[in-house]
Amino acid sequence: MEGSGLIVSSSPHQHTTVSTPMIMSDVILALMPACLAGVWFFGLKALFMMAVCVGSAVITEAVLQKVSGRPVTVRDYSAAVTGLLLALVVPPDLPLWIGAIGSIFSIAIAKFTFGGLGQNIFNPALIGRAFLLASWPVFMTKWRWPIHEASWMPKFDAITTATPLVLMKYMNIKAPYANLFFGQVAGCIGETSALAILLGAAYLIYQGHISIRIPISFICTVAVVTALFGQDPLFHILAGGLLLGAFFMATDYVTSPVTPRGQIIYGIGCGVLVALIRLYGGYPEGVCYGILIMNAATALVERYTIPRKFGEVKKVA
Amino acid sequence: MSFKSEFSKGIVKENPTFRMLLGMCPTMATSLAISNGLGMGLAATFVLVGSNIIISALRKVTPEKIRIPIFVVVIATFVTTVDLVMAAFLPSLHEVLGIFIPLIVVNCIIFARAEAFAFQHGIVDSLADGLGMGLGWTLALCGLSAIRELLGTGTVLAFPDFGFPGIHVFDQSLAAVMVILPPGGFITLGLLIGLLNWLTNRKSKRAQEG
Repeated sequence: MEGSGLIVSSSPHQHTTVSTPMIMSDVILALMPACLAGVWFFGLKALFMMAVCVGSAVITEAVLQKVSGRPVTVRDYSAAVTGLLLALVVPPDLPLWIGAIGSIFSIAIAKFTFGGLGQNIFNPALIGRAFLLASWPVFMTKWRWPIHEASWMPKFDAITTATPLVLMKYMNIKAPYANLFFGQVAGCIGETSALAILLGAAYLIYQGHISIRIPISFICTVAVVTALFGQDPLFHILAGGLLLGAFFMATDYVTSPVTPRGQIIYGIGCGVLVALIRLYGGYPEGVCYGILIMNAATALVERYTIPRKFGEVKKVA
Repeated sequence: MSFKSEFSKGIVKENPTFRMLLGMCPTMATSLAISNGLGMGLAATFVLVGSNIIISALRKVTPEKIRIPIFVVVIATFVTTVDLVMAAFLPSLHEVLGIFIPLIVVNCIIFARAEAFAFQHGIVDSLADGLGMGLGWTLALCGLSAIRELLGTGTVLAFPDFGFPGIHVFDQSLAAVMVILPPGGFITLGLLIGLLNWLTNRKSKRAQEG
């Protein structure tokens, strides 16, 4: 039909105005409460760590893209998000140069060598953390009390201490719920305050950027498994990096399944792994490894959970 | 093919580590320090040259059907020689390399050269091939272990057998432990292969343009 003004094109026909930079800047906004809590509890050092990690991530991405002759896409903020997430999952007293190396490793090895944004199998920030933990175990497990202690907290002489999960696993000391919820415990820069993480997560869910399926199935599984093994489920939800991991790491678009049923399987898988590592593993915390292992299984999970097409009939064997 | 080209193909063009990706297990395990890499590489070179010569010399009288057991016997003879000599003269290197010395018997570089080359070529060519492949592997091991020793321990060129503590570059507590663990080995190897491929591609592109 010439001149009728109708254009024939192939699908997809629906367009959205939501773009990568928009989502990524919303993620950064959603991480702000956790960042502020980190600075409040651990001082300016936490702020420097964030600046160094974000800076080196962005510079690494720009340099690698420039050198390899690809379009430089640091303006989509994805490298900045990786750097920021990495800064939130390292101890506050980590030397800044180690944070920078972790950031460079995240972008260069875990993201760039796989082909850049959208191609990476594993969450770059978590690979960065796993690399740092394997490389500098001494620096990566040095914790200290937050600077703003509550008056009813026991005073310890030493500045260095252990995270609630370590205290629980090896000494059977349980941190009070209120401390865990507000964040007056030792831990990584961004993981101590459950309140701050939940605020950011609520914003992401409200904006529709993440679906509730992965975090809820993840957290519920951890609660159920730890309760089955006779531990306090609420403690295991609030302690360590579970909330940060469940809402901000496990929901990474690139490395988690897109199918609804797959997301629930993925969340349950993460939860079982985290609970098992926490209860029986060599490490006190297993969120990082749990999510990374499920990242590897993402393609498989998606393959078996492809939704039925409209009108498709189940094959009769 | 001349002696020279049979020799040099093992160093660059058909390098067993960077081009053919053979013998990954001992490569990962023994490239922790330059002394280990050098020791392993030279031990394997000795075995490779010896076994290549003998297998090539016996190729006319070796029955096709039982050639693999014959290869094993020939290779094992040289491996035992290396094993005992190293235990006598370089005890601490022998201890570090441990099981990987006897395992040279089943090293796939040596088997590949016996099966694919020495069994079909003359003695002189086989000698050149064994020498080139062996030194190619030694070079690859030394390159890998130089990076891993430096980043993973902060010291390079430590030779405990000669009482040399190595060149101290930075403190061990600052060293990245993962580099001397298997994942670090694979990542280092992958990056080196990528770098070499990039250099070769650039060279061939320039040759085409020029």
